[in-house]
Amino acid sequence: MTTLKLDQVSKLYRATSRAGGLTPALRKVSFELKPGEVISLIGESGSGKTTIGKVLLRLVQPTSGTVTFDGKDIATYSGRGLKDYYRQVQGVFQDPFSSYNPIYRADRVYDLIRESYFPKTGDREWSGKVEQALDAVALNPGDVLGKYPHQLSGGQQQRLLIARALLLDVKVLVADEVISMLDASTRVDVLNLLVKLKRQGLAILFITHDLSLGNYVSDRTIILRHGAIVEMGATEKIFGNPQHDYTRMLLSAVPELHKKWDHSPLGPVAVSARGAAVAEASQDGAPAATLARAALLDEVTHAEQVVKRDLRAVLGGRRAVASGRSQVAVALEPPALREFEPDHLVADPE
Amino acid sequence: MSVSVENLSVAYRSHRGDVTAVDGVNFALADGEIMGLAGESGSGKSTLGNALIYLDQRMKATGGKVTVDGKELPISDSRAMRPLRMTEVSLVPQYAMSALPPTRKIGRVINDLLKSHHVKDRPAVLTELKRRLELIGLTDDILSKYSFELSGGMRQRVTIIMSTLLNPSLLIADEVTSALDVSTQRAVGEMLIEFRNRGYVKSAIAITHDLAILAQIADSIAIMYAGRLAERASTDAIVNSPLHPYTQALIASLPEVGVRHDQVTLTGIPGRPPSLVNPPAGCRFRDRCPFAFARCTQTPPFEEVKPGHLVACWKVSQEQAA
Repeated sequence: MTTLKLDQVSKLYRATSRAGGLTPALRKVSFELKPGEVISLIGESGSGKTTIGKVLLRLVQPTSGTVTFDGKDIATYSGRGLKDYYRQVQGVFQDPFSSYNPIYRADRVYDLIRESYFPKTGDREWSGKVEQALDAVALNPGDVLGKYPHQLSGGQQQRLLIARALLLDVKVLVADEVISMLDASTRVDVLNLLVKLKRQGLAILFITHDLSLGNYVSDRTIILRHGAIVEMGATEKIFGNPQHDYTRMLLSAVPELHKKWDHSPLGPVAVSARGAAVAEASQDGAPAATLARAALLDEVTHAEQVVKRDLRAVLGGRRAVASGRSQVAVALEPPALREFEPDHLVADPE
Repeated sequence: MSVSVENLSVAYRSHRGDVTAVDGVNFALADGEIMGLAGESGSGKSTLGNALIYLDQRMKATGGKVTVDGKELPISDSRAMRPLRMTEVSLVPQYAMSALPPTRKIGRVINDLLKSHHVKDRPAVLTELKRRLELIGLTDDILSKYSFELSGGMRQRVTIIMSTLLNPSLLIADEVTSALDVSTQRAVGEMLIEFRNRGYVKSAIAITHDLAILAQIADSIAIMYAGRLAERASTDAIVNSPLHPYTQALIASLPEVGVRHDQVTLTGIPGRPPSLVNPPAGCRFRDRCPFAFARCTQTPPFEEVKPGHLVACWKVSQEQAA
């Protein structure tokens, strides 16, 4: 059983702004990815979801914590061992259009794999392997081989890249926003392909900000906020009975075809000095709630600031993103996860 | 009718000849209407939006007429269009996130904008600007910030405020919600509705590939395919009883919250839209359409099959006639 396991993984990025300091991108994240399992990693921008993918692919080194693959710490891999790791763990990324070099034919990505992983494979055997991989992603070799990237649609390009991962002995696929650039009509084909691969035993980490897509493919769901897990468990439990306020807020904001948002008009706003609008309106009663909600949405969506603001709250008014080691240690502490029901963990409110 | 577009065709010049990206498009917008314009990438939806405000050097209008508030827009004459931009027609560009200049503070950008449009009573407009900022929960210290100091959602809202500051009759919002998180998406979508309700914009065209967002904010939806309109109807009709096979397939390919792969298997639309360099005669969806028959080799008329519901499909016309 090849499981990929994250244990208390944290990552601090050094801020580049004048204020300096460190931004916690991941705060003690732990979970396991088993064979034949699809986990959706859902979060808004700045929640750290892409950082998790990068840590798994060893593109980013965690500040603390370990990632183990088959019980072995992936940080210890180097040389041949690392190459072997990449044979089993591969990533596909958001933008297929920039994953190809436009001056070469698209299938050059396969030649590169052959050069480094299968130098002894004969031409005939190799083309058989390529055709098999293309068949698995429902592409017709005649349609795509020998073409330049601009001659292929986004969906075809993305599927070519998934087929590239399949050429290797891949056990884990990190799929980072793989369908957000695709049109609705081709999107579903890539999703269904992921479902098919999962049934063949592939473990997939499906990173997305789109809740309905995550729900469609995954067995388990992890909701991330500010680098920490706020809710985690079986997909139907998370979507059917969300417990954390943040998960509920996310779900209520998803645009659905057959259900309208309950849009409540904003009340009148007097011309006033800065910041006074909320207080003034609140005297009239109703409009204040909506204004407050607008302000809340504003806060929630500005991850970087909220990270700071929230941590400030956590630290009880002290400067939140500090470079001092002890303060960072406090800032890193994620809210505690509690079991709400079997296979459904919910974080305490921050 | 506050806006009407008749038979509009727009072509891109290319070394292989003109590529007609928008081909004989007809629609009208009532006062206070938000129309959604949806389609796949390359369907011509952004070209149509841009044509109503600014034809760049590669583009030319090859026919048609656009009227806003009873006056014809001189869309081919960029110089004559200039005073009408922002006042009559305004655009929130695609990638609005990067539309703000990085070297100037927001307040200065807005000031420059007002100056170049020869706005007489600038203090009044600036007071109004502050009022609108407060309305959507931003404070006016945003004006002394650079664009990179704002988050994506704030930048998007600032661009919408700038585009609507002079109360245009028609606002073209190109993919305004596409690069945003769900909660910001909702805030921006509701802001658009709110601005319409308050009359800051008379009517709007929201261009996006995301039908679920349009279901929230639009009063009516037009579906575009390979440069032509395939269907146009009220939002309710498009979402619940679409008639054109393309619209039906598009709606069927959208996963909804709560739907999982082991319950429902969604299907995509096989094939790709035809190239617009030498488009095939007849219905352009023909090759991907499960219902195509002999007559589809002729171009179907875009006609009203039910009150307010226009479709370009032979099968639908036949069924409605029968």
